[in-house]
Amino acid sequence: MSAPLYRIPGATKSAASTAPADPRVAGTPGASGSADAGAPAQDAPHLPRTVAEVLASSQVEAVLDELDRDLVGLAPVKQRIRDIAALLVIDKLRLNLGLAAQSPSLHMSFTGNPGTGKTTVAMRMAQILHRLGYVRKGHLVAVTRDDLVGQYIGHTAPKTREVLKKAMGGVLFIDEAYYLFRPENERDYGQEAIEILLQVMENQRDDLVVILAGYADRMDTFFRSNPGMSSRIAHHLDFPDYSEGELLEIAERMLAQQNYRFGEGARDALAQYLARRIAQPHFANARSVRNALDRARLRQASRLFAERDRELTLDDLCTIAEADIRASRVFAGPAPSTTTDTGSGEGSRSTAGDSR
Amino acid sequence: MMTNPTGRLTQGQFSFLPDLTDAEIALQVEYGLNKGYAWSLEYTDDPHPRNTYWEMYGQPMFDLKDAAGVLMELADCRKAFPNHYIRMLAFDSAQGVESIAMSFIVNRPKSEPGFALDRQEIVGRTQRYAVRAYSTGRPENERY
Repeated sequence: MSAPLYRIPGATKSAASTAPADPRVAGTPGASGSADAGAPAQDAPHLPRTVAEVLASSQVEAVLDELDRDLVGLAPVKQRIRDIAALLVIDKLRLNLGLAAQSPSLHMSFTGNPGTGKTTVAMRMAQILHRLGYVRKGHLVAVTRDDLVGQYIGHTAPKTREVLKKAMGGVLFIDEAYYLFRPENERDYGQEAIEILLQVMENQRDDLVVILAGYADRMDTFFRSNPGMSSRIAHHLDFPDYSEGELLEIAERMLAQQNYRFGEGARDALAQYLARRIAQPHFANARSVRNALDRARLRQASRLFAERDRELTLDDLCTIAEADIRASRVFAGPAPSTTTDTGSGEGSRSTAGDSR
Repeated sequence: MMTNPTGRLTQGQFSFLPDLTDAEIALQVEYGLNKGYAWSLEYTDDPHPRNTYWEMYGQPMFDLKDAAGVLMELADCRKAFPNHYIRMLAFDSAQGVESIAMSFIVNRPKSEPGFALDRQEIVGRTQRYAVRAYSTGRPENERY
């Protein structure tokens, strides 16, 4: 029988016809960031023609400045984010001139040694991509193998799909992604999860950004056994180890965040500590720094605890003294012979252990 | 019937309107998600108005942020049941409500033969009426 003549209020004329419209069209008006991201070209009388005009109407520069300010080192990572932001701006200019642009694939893999900031950057990436207008909602769903892979036959697919549905419109962060694939067990359900992931990564590129993270060598093995995964990830970001200076800066920021500061000589003591610690096995970059500072805080606490009758000032409570750092076990061993020794030691940094 | 000139099943929201497109469904889903509803899908091939509980397709989707996830599930359901009625439900978990806040049909069989009115004469020439869907004459899964 004939279809009725009335139409849902607010629906477009074409949407009322039987031709299925692109769901992306409808998805954008609800997104908060769409005002600047998808900038409707129709109702703006003057379309920006220069990069400066586009930058003025979006928060791209603020995002980049914030990134520079908040994260120490990580130059290649920052450069890649800059490139992505630049592409967004240029895409917008192209769109204004009527050139259709396909949204770029933004799936990423983060590889690097322990404690180089992979998880930290991933957490921020969702926010960054949202502000740049690439993802609609900008939330981050962080999962590991347990959340994707089921316990028995037929359990994996619904589990993986549920996680994917939750991550739609945002970023799906798979930490230690190499655990998904267990070559030693050919009936492992991880492979099924990988297949579903690949399918969604390919078909719903606009809805979801997937970030895989893991230690470099194991991720290499993972990608070698899953060439499909490797080729669908456009951005392979390698997180370099921090230099000593960067680690010191990280230490200072960590202390400042917790309302502590270095006492006299403590900063130099930490620098010497780091020089020795880097040469030792299981060095985990920023994570080792955090652990060292936590131990220093413990020593500071017991040092103050011992002086029962002393009135403690704000200064006392905030200061990590040189002795708190010098008491470390690291100083007990022999000093590294030369400074060049620490440089060559970097290559031998273990990726296993001390990862928790 | 004059009250339903198109002969289509009219249950839930928007059922007198032309079928919603995917874009329009996405808008509705987005609206529900912003209100904090959990969407779910149900299907059936028994369109009787008193058939309240349809079969669930998958589990209700809690903690979603974006309509794309719900539409992905809908695409799966349509693939599995191209000739069934499929409806979307939004569950409002707010305390004191805890029930379905929205519901509309998103998929229909190609032809909908409609309903028959059965009359039965009982004692004292009293008439008893019943509504019966033509399609339910055949066994399940062979109806449309």
